[in-house]
Amino acid sequence: MNASQHVVPGGRGSADGVPALGVEGLSRHFGSLRAVQEVTFEVRAGSRHAVIGPNGAGKSTLFALIAGALPATSGRVRLHGDDVTSMAEYARANRGLVRTFQHSSLFLSATARENVLLAVQRRHGVQASPWRSVTRRRALLEEADEVLAQLGLLDRAGAAAGALSHGERRQLEVAVALATAPSVLLLDEPAAGMSPADTQAFQQIVLGLPQEVTVLLVEHDLDLVFGLADTVTVLHLGEHLITGDPEQVRASEAVQSAYLGAEDTSDLFLEEGS
Amino acid sequence: MNSLQVRRTLLVGLVAFALLMVPWVFGAFTVSTFTRALVFAVLAMAVNLLTGVAGLPTLGQAAYFGVGAYTGALVSIHWSELGIVQLLVATLAGVVAAVLTGPLAIRGRGVAFLMITLAIGEIGYSAAGRLDAVTGGTDGLSGILPVVVLPGGEGLVNEGLIYYYVLVVAVLAYLGVGMLLRSPFGLTLRGLRDNEARLRAVGYRTDAYALGAFVYAGGLAALAGSLWASSQRFVAPGDMGFEIAALALLAVIVGGVGSMWGACLGAALVVFTRDYFGQIVSGHAPLLLGTLFVLAVYLLPKGIAGGRAQWRTLFPRSHAEHPTAEVR
Repeated sequence: MNASQHVVPGGRGSADGVPALGVEGLSRHFGSLRAVQEVTFEVRAGSRHAVIGPNGAGKSTLFALIAGALPATSGRVRLHGDDVTSMAEYARANRGLVRTFQHSSLFLSATARENVLLAVQRRHGVQASPWRSVTRRRALLEEADEVLAQLGLLDRAGAAAGALSHGERRQLEVAVALATAPSVLLLDEPAAGMSPADTQAFQQIVLGLPQEVTVLLVEHDLDLVFGLADTVTVLHLGEHLITGDPEQVRASEAVQSAYLGAEDTSDLFLEEGS
Repeated sequence: MNSLQVRRTLLVGLVAFALLMVPWVFGAFTVSTFTRALVFAVLAMAVNLLTGVAGLPTLGQAAYFGVGAYTGALVSIHWSELGIVQLLVATLAGVVAAVLTGPLAIRGRGVAFLMITLAIGEIGYSAAGRLDAVTGGTDGLSGILPVVVLPGGEGLVNEGLIYYYVLVVAVLAYLGVGMLLRSPFGLTLRGLRDNEARLRAVGYRTDAYALGAFVYAGGLAALAGSLWASSQRFVAPGDMGFEIAALALLAVIVGGVGSMWGACLGAALVVFTRDYFGQIVSGHAPLLLGTLFVLAVYLLPKGIAGGRAQWRTLFPRSHAEHPTAEVR
């Protein structure tokens, strides 16, 4: 089913300058609350793009709108130039726009390997096949183990997801998304609840992703953001404040006052050792 | 082979031997009770596929069981005495019924799904009682001919032979469901039970797989229904009533939600409690079933197949030597 919709990672839009993701005048209102208001920005193909903002800036809502978990009140989302605004979440995922969850959202009674297999078998289009044991489908298993190895989880492959530690669950969370071979990977606060060591390791994983995979992450941990992102978008009270490279964003006074609502914020974005 | 495989092979061999010996050891009434238990086991597997594997608790499988029973009976009376024809046509009828009603049922999840399937079951029950021309109404449908296994063969009248016929089909159904559970689709259904939102996020149109499970379970229940018609040679609206649906769900809960052998064992337990031990205490079968259910929920909340831990707490191995071992 839907096999024709499958997109090779970075297969489109990476060469001809079409942005991997286009957000155009996107709004979402909850009653009178304007959670996201007329947000417009582009995510260049192959970039590591971060969305930051103080609490209540509308990051999570924006994330849900892009992933398709929430319908937009108005505006558009484009994936490699194609309008996907009216597409359901699963259809966007099949086109290569795949999200992770802020609080690990896994198949807890299944093993780590089976968690990844669910994504792999979907990509191979065999998810509805009622015969031939999964354990006899070598191509699927090898691919699943490859992803697990990439995330350093291979030695935990047979453990139930519910028995994994918090850090391991965060890794598996990313593994499941990666196993769908996304062209645009959406990471929802991947470092939430991670130890500094885990965050470091995670940063290496994201930096090690193939260049064809575009990454958009929403994140609180500014160390991770500035260690990872080549482009940063700042939201404030549901509105787009600035999109630029990390230096521009660090230097922006509007951003500093948005974060602290105060004047003296000179060391807010200082990197350690710089 | 490692020791686990050896033990498993031994256990399967032992169960197979015991099942094959039934007609030689027991009298006609007991053998027919075993036959009913086998039919019920197939129905319980259908309920378990939805309830335990896909996470969609159902009270509506008796409707598809009834569709299969009436279809099998009508095929026998009007068209063919061949078992395989009855089974195929009945299963197909169950699949068609599930395709037509499934889209309504899968709109809900959890309790909402349970209520919709309950409504479907009740509609099926009333329809069977009213459509006199087709189903014989509340009088039921009799005149079902003895089932013939091979073309040109004799019809099965002997209780032992009927038992073997049902046994072969039930074992095939068990193997088919086992294959499904190990297949990618089986993994998909477990994913649906565990975390539907995540399944959607990796690209699954989850409603389609819920419907797939519903249709598979509908066909399986109808297969059981056709076996029922062949073995009882009488079908009445009561065979697709709420009681059957509830007993099938009870069998699954007693056996262990999610486990197919547990569901089969639970089905046998329920049928024997109702038809066999219920006879002994003359007419108190519902009381016995209630006791069974309360005991199962209280002592084995995860069912017979729900893991060894709960059995150990029931029967601590070395009570005297480690008096503190049990205290947690």
